[in-house]
Amino acid sequence: MTRISPDQSRWWRRWAGRAGSAVVVVWGAATVAFLAQLAQPGDRATAVLNLRTGQTQERSPDELAPINAEYGFDRSAPAQYLEYLTGLLRGDLGTSYQQHRPVWDVVSEQLPGTLALTGTTLMLAWVLMLAWVLLTAGRGRRIGGWGAAVDSVLASLPQYWLGVVLLLVFAFGLGWFPVVGGTGPVRIVLPALTLALPLAGFLAQSTRTEFERVLEQPFVLSARLRGSGDLAVRLRHVLRHAALAPLTLTGWALGATISGAVIVETVFARRGIGRTLVTAVESQDLPIVTGIVVLTAVAYVVINLVLDALYPLLDPRVTP
Amino acid sequence: MTTTTTRPEAPAAARPARAARPRPGVLFTGLAAVVLGVAAAAPWLLAPADPDAIDLAATLQPPSPTHWFGTDEIGRDLYTRVVHGAGQSLTIGVGAAAVALLLAVLLALAATLAPGPVATATDRVIDVLFAFPTLLLALLLVSVLGPAPQTLVVAVGVGVAPGYARMVRAQLLGARRSPYVEAATALGHRRTRIVARHVLPNALRPLVAVFALSVGQCVVWASSLSFLGLGVAPPASEWGALLEAGRAYVTVAGWLVVLPGLAIVALAVTATALGRALQSHLEPGE
Repeated sequence: MTRISPDQSRWWRRWAGRAGSAVVVVWGAATVAFLAQLAQPGDRATAVLNLRTGQTQERSPDELAPINAEYGFDRSAPAQYLEYLTGLLRGDLGTSYQQHRPVWDVVSEQLPGTLALTGTTLMLAWVLMLAWVLLTAGRGRRIGGWGAAVDSVLASLPQYWLGVVLLLVFAFGLGWFPVVGGTGPVRIVLPALTLALPLAGFLAQSTRTEFERVLEQPFVLSARLRGSGDLAVRLRHVLRHAALAPLTLTGWALGATISGAVIVETVFARRGIGRTLVTAVESQDLPIVTGIVVLTAVAYVVINLVLDALYPLLDPRVTP
Repeated sequence: MTTTTTRPEAPAAARPARAARPRPGVLFTGLAAVVLGVAAAAPWLLAPADPDAIDLAATLQPPSPTHWFGTDEIGRDLYTRVVHGAGQSLTIGVGAAAVALLLAVLLALAATLAPGPVATATDRVIDVLFAFPTLLLALLLVSVLGPAPQTLVVAVGVGVAPGYARMVRAQLLGARRSPYVEAATALGHRRTRIVARHVLPNALRPLVAVFALSVGQCVVWASSLSFLGLGVAPPASEWGALLEAGRAYVTVAGWLVVLPGLAIVALAVTATALGRALQSHLEPGE
């Protein structure tokens, strides 16, 4: 007979709790998304018709009836809410007012470009951040002070400004990169760098504090006494612990790169979720906006669950 | 998260002695704050010219001794426009920061001090809102309300509020569990008195510094929205609007975006530095 040990049951309870709060976050996001659609001022069917035809005019009840029936605007709010939630469970994010297509189709076309941008950004940000912190943290007050100053200046750079400056210097000035278009990996370098530099500064701030704290821990001293070199100590012992804080922040920052994508895709004229979002906001095409909101919430909870699973691998003191 | 070893207290001798003369960073921050304050309150002192004066003989001039920041596509002096835009940008930043902190405090109070079910529900609401990236939440509001300057203040305020709500909640919880509240409870004081006299003052005092920090953050977010064309519209000389107007000319006149952007960076860095200085002044132990 197999028995569930106390350790196992604790493990199950912890993960059930995490899954529960993940569901609550997605449900909450979906509710906010639904309320936003409901809160749009004016008659929604008129808005839909005007968006599709590009006109602004009053509509007769005969014109509005099919739209009301199609989107279910004529039903009570709770009925619409219920239908919206069951739709989401089936993977139906709604129908665009303007393009008259499922939101998922519109968004999924744009997804690869934004995912490539996000992935490259994260990699670049971590590489830059780790190199900078390893070089400057715990090296005395002067170097450490400069290191920290660079962190906070980088972290406070607005992305649109950095994007334009990089574009002016590297594309127009030096001609190293194509201004718009271009093919292959080259065209992603400047947009990713634009997002990665502030992110690296942001991550470096917390990593540096933690790094300098860990450098004073007894196990670092004992590693040094065993004869490990400075770089080996920093890489093998200190970094491992100091990386926990930025790892948590990365989960949050990954969601925040959608903010960055909005700006960078506009500056560099890239196709992607961000551009689609801005166009949808301009035309008040709410289903697209709320669809992206719900997808971002799903991405956020999935990433955080993955990170929760990663911690015990990095720090043995963390129980899974 | 987990148990970690406690940090050994650093011996007093190892702490750096506080320098008697002000550090250059503090002086620079103070100077920048004064310049920004003058630009916002009395722009004509720094730039006596008319910000809307058109000079078609001098369009898209690069920065020079006569036009420090260059000119735009209809010959308006960019330096004058940046100085005169400071007030509006700062107002939007301060307004959005006020909206953010007010919302954050209300949510945090409901999550910590309200009766059971309300507190739990608000707690969840804060967590849900925190899952939204700032710009996404702001864009959601703009798409509901339509782009306008008033929307901008509310949208940015709501966008940054969740992060602050979490922070204030943590402070309220910390204050409620502190030894001085325990002592007050042991002395038999009423709950309302403890909350009003001990919990609130101690939990909310750090917000003075946080307000300065969030003004910097809000100015950057608001200008981002304007840059996307969803905030203040171009005829105004608000900094985000200057950026949006300059975007079309970025290939031929990069200064039209770079220099107003630099003003925003300067404001953000100054507000952050002021906030940090206030923080270490108010909470010397940290």
